[in-house]
Amino acid sequence: MNPENYLFLAALLFTLGASGVLLRRNAIVVFMCVELMLNASNLALVTFSRMHGNLDGQIMAFFVMVVAAAEVVVGLAVIVTVYRSRHSASVDDASLMKL
Amino acid sequence: MESLIGLLVGAPLLGAALLLVGGRRLDRVGHWLATALAATSFVLAAVLFSDLLDREGEERVLHEHLFSWVPVADLRADVAFQLDQLSMTFVLLITSVGTLIHLYSIGYMAHDERRRRFFAYLNLFLGAMLLLVLADNYLLLYVGWEGVGLASFLLIGFWQHKPSAATAAKKAFIVNRVGDIGLSIAILLMFTTFGTFAFEPVLDGATGASEATLTGIGLMLLLAACGKSAQVPLQSWLGDAMEGPTPVSALIHAATMVTAGVYLITRSGAIFDAAPDAQTVVVVVGAVTLLFGAIVGCAKDDIKKALAGSTMSQIGYMMLAAGLGPVGYVFAIMHLVTHGFFKAGLFLGAGSVMHAMNDEVDMRRYGGLRRHMPVTFVTFGLAYLAIIGFPYLSGFFSKDEIIYAGFAKGGTEGWILGGVMLLGAALTAYYMTRIMLMTFFGEKRWQPDAHGHEPHPHEAPLTMTIPMIVLAFGSVFAGFLFDSGEAFVHWLEPVTGLEHGDSPVGHGTVGLAATAVMVVGVAGAWFQYGRRPVPAVAPTGRLLTRAARRDLLQDDFNHAAFVTPGNYLTRGLVYLDHKLVDGLVNGTAASFGGLSGRLRRVQNGFARSYAVSMFGGAALLIAATLLMRAV
Repeated sequence: MNPENYLFLAALLFTLGASGVLLRRNAIVVFMCVELMLNASNLALVTFSRMHGNLDGQIMAFFVMVVAAAEVVVGLAVIVTVYRSRHSASVDDASLMKL
Repeated sequence: MESLIGLLVGAPLLGAALLLVGGRRLDRVGHWLATALAATSFVLAAVLFSDLLDREGEERVLHEHLFSWVPVADLRADVAFQLDQLSMTFVLLITSVGTLIHLYSIGYMAHDERRRRFFAYLNLFLGAMLLLVLADNYLLLYVGWEGVGLASFLLIGFWQHKPSAATAAKKAFIVNRVGDIGLSIAILLMFTTFGTFAFEPVLDGATGASEATLTGIGLMLLLAACGKSAQVPLQSWLGDAMEGPTPVSALIHAATMVTAGVYLITRSGAIFDAAPDAQTVVVVVGAVTLLFGAIVGCAKDDIKKALAGSTMSQIGYMMLAAGLGPVGYVFAIMHLVTHGFFKAGLFLGAGSVMHAMNDEVDMRRYGGLRRHMPVTFVTFGLAYLAIIGFPYLSGFFSKDEIIYAGFAKGGTEGWILGGVMLLGAALTAYYMTRIMLMTFFGEKRWQPDAHGHEPHPHEAPLTMTIPMIVLAFGSVFAGFLFDSGEAFVHWLEPVTGLEHGDSPVGHGTVGLAATAVMVVGVAGAWFQYGRRPVPAVAPTGRLLTRAARRDLLQDDFNHAAFVTPGNYLTRGLVYLDHKLVDGLVNGTAASFGGLSGRLRRVQNGFARSYAVSMFGGAALLIAATLLMRAV
């Protein structure tokens, strides 16, 4: 099977994730869409690794996973704390950082 | 001997410093300390004088180099003194009359709580003036010049609680500043032309410089002299300066300040001799001022202001004489010295009268004082006879010589100058007789003041009468001493040079004419003020009288010519500043503010809109990268 198809799939997943981030209001869903984008890029990296016949892309994918895991820890904690104080998980309600 | 010169200048300056720094501890002895230091200067001057007299004509000059003040490459400014016959004459006049005025002030200022400060300023005045006449270069002279300006400012405004005194002090200071600009330009011109400030190289080299430069220097020096000596067009401060305590007026008019201009012109004689155009201007200024001052003096009812007009007029004579060149220098200085004596006597007498009359200055409220104040009357009277040129008193000798020198100018100019000076002499006799008659003769015209106190005229204390008596002696005998064997002329000749002009009119004729016009002036005043009682309220008077009462519209002229345009200029500049400069700055700020207001809308706080811009940005970057690669 042509490995390019994996790239198309990765682009599709990335776009799905990006539109989810932009369009959804629920912070948990936005967060999941971010994960989706990260994983789409992981898929693309692994595919490149396969196409070029070296391990650079796979190593990068591992790094992305580690960063994503750390990000999940911090992000979920933030979301939970915001929800506790404001009783809402909507990202549009948390718009206090403006003049 | 030379080291005494430093002490001579230093004594009064030390006194000023001590009294100002010493504080209230010196309140009780301050005035005696100041007077003693002034007297010390006089004694030192007398010692130096006797030393000079022991030498021969050309040898009579002492140099004392204290230290180098500004030694930078070609620029050399030294604190160095030069004592020659001209300086010596001034030093003797300044210290003798100055000491007498110090003594007089002890009595005059007895009830003033700031007397210590007053004496500190008097000492400063004396010290600055001594520095001015003893300096051996123009830069140090300038230091003394400014010191005199400062001291006069402090003293004229001494009663600073009176707004009129504070204003008069500021006026004197500002008008003098105009003149000072002239002096500083003259000094700078000298430095570019001769490369030095010192008297000797500048004056010796004067003949080598171009006439245009010398004329420029001369005119600038004249401007400076006009400021200090209250000559037209910078005369307006002198009348208002009468706001100061009377001893200050005496000091300004007799020993210090107004004589500085005449000194400057005489000292710079070599420059003026080589610049005939500048000389002509000096003569014109002198002639105009001598009439101007005399006319103003005729109309004033304020005794001090009438005397101020007289000073202006007499200094006009000196300026005129100094402008005539070597024919006149000696006589300008001679008149200056005799004038120092009789004008100081007149002012001290006026002060004594005011002292007796509860500080009343309006002569229309005096009258008949000769019976109450005999000493003042006699001393004032002798000084009066001296100033109008009564034969064989001091004014007679000095003024007649100047009038003779004016005729000796030759041609039409000589006749004009001589005529103007004779007219001035008649006016002098008129206004001085007027003062004399209104103050000491006739019936008493004084009335109770606003508080119901009627003045009780009484003779002044001894500290005040002694200086007046000494000055009266000077007024009577100075001229005779100077003229006997032409002593004064021979004394000054080595410094100023001397020419005996060819006059179409002889000495005897000039003397007769001067005496005749004096009699006419005295008679005129007697017909107006002696024969019939003086009205207590001034009559309206003719146009010229009214103008003269307003100082011949000098203030109106200055107001119209300088103050009003100055105000308009300032207002224009303020308008420009508001509209143009402020507009530019405020406009820039406002445009940035507006732009930021718009940009601020981008920061709306919605995380998703930030995400849009991130994605958009990323997409743009990628697109741009791809595009570049394709190209």
